[in-house]
Amino acid sequence: MYIIIIGGGKVGYYLSKTLLNQEHELLIIERDKRKCEALTAELGGVVQRGDGTDSLVMEEAGMARADLVVAVTGDDEDNLMICQMAKKKFGVKRAIGRINNPKNEHIFRILGIDSTVSVTDLILAQIEREIPAHSLVHLLTLREAGATFIEAQVPADSPIIGKPLRELKIPDNCVIPLVIRKGKGIIPYGETQLLAGDEVIAVTTLDQEGTLEQIFAGLSAKNK
Amino acid sequence: MKVVILGCGRLGSHLARRFDREGHDVSVIDRTSESFARLGTDFRGTMILGTGIDEDVMRRAGIENADAFVAVTAGDNTNAMAAQIAKLIFKVPRVIARFNDPVHEDTYHTLGLMETISPTIMGSNAIHGIVTGKFAAKEDKG
Repeated sequence: MYIIIIGGGKVGYYLSKTLLNQEHELLIIERDKRKCEALTAELGGVVQRGDGTDSLVMEEAGMARADLVVAVTGDDEDNLMICQMAKKKFGVKRAIGRINNPKNEHIFRILGIDSTVSVTDLILAQIEREIPAHSLVHLLTLREAGATFIEAQVPADSPIIGKPLRELKIPDNCVIPLVIRKGKGIIPYGETQLLAGDEVIAVTTLDQEGTLEQIFAGLSAKNK
Repeated sequence: MKVVILGCGRLGSHLARRFDREGHDVSVIDRTSESFARLGTDFRGTMILGTGIDEDVMRRAGIENADAFVAVTAGDNTNAMAAQIAKLIFKVPRVIARFNDPVHEDTYHTLGLMETISPTIMGSNAIHGIVTGKFAAKEDKG
């Protein structure tokens, strides 16, 4: 695949390094002379010096035959121009633009740039991965007794689906007295298998809450 | 008529003074305050300090009620982005952007979102007309 990366800053550099290792044909366009020299010393003859938004530079880079153009300069207006020129003028199928200012995200969307990378978005995605969408809901906590009633919904992609409860390694101080399936309560026993969307009610000591949370998020299964 | 002009360089300031003299309501946006000196002391319009690709700055310049938006900074990329914001987000009826690179001009002209002006081609045509002794009947887009 022929990939053109515009912008030889940190993002452009690490991106190029990774893609070169994956044996893609690659070209980096960078305006700054010193950055070009450093990139060439590090990555070899894959650097073209010039303004990546200039039509002549784009033509010289062979943009018309590029499979992918990635605009990762520090200026959103430059990245927008690059993506639009690549797609409209040079017929490049895929153009990805970096967004520096989160305020510009919806502008890029309205302007029809299909792929954008925003640092804000990336951090948000990471937060969503770290904090499961269906985390535990506290129904009742008895601080003095050191116990809590919680409810967890089994996510559609959970690795615990179809496994009998006894195989879930539920800690000793936890009990699952009730499973609500499609609005109906089931009193489970060791052989009961959980299904996607099941609401599980559990009673647990406060210190085991985290373990239980991990089981339902499927994290303990992944870590093994 | 309410006109918002982005870029207070030679072209932007000339245009701003002209609209102002004709009695139009003019706002000029530029990212450096020194640029506003080009407008002279008798300019009655509004001067807004800020970047022209920021919706809040454009709102302050009165873009929501503008009849026309003109993007004439020295940067093609800024002009392209600002003009698209004016057209697609603020629905300004007339949007004109200046492009120094004729290929940029051609691309955005083809997109059809805005009216485009290329001083490069206009200047070339004018000079060609003078040298050959005839007006440029056929405009060479290249």
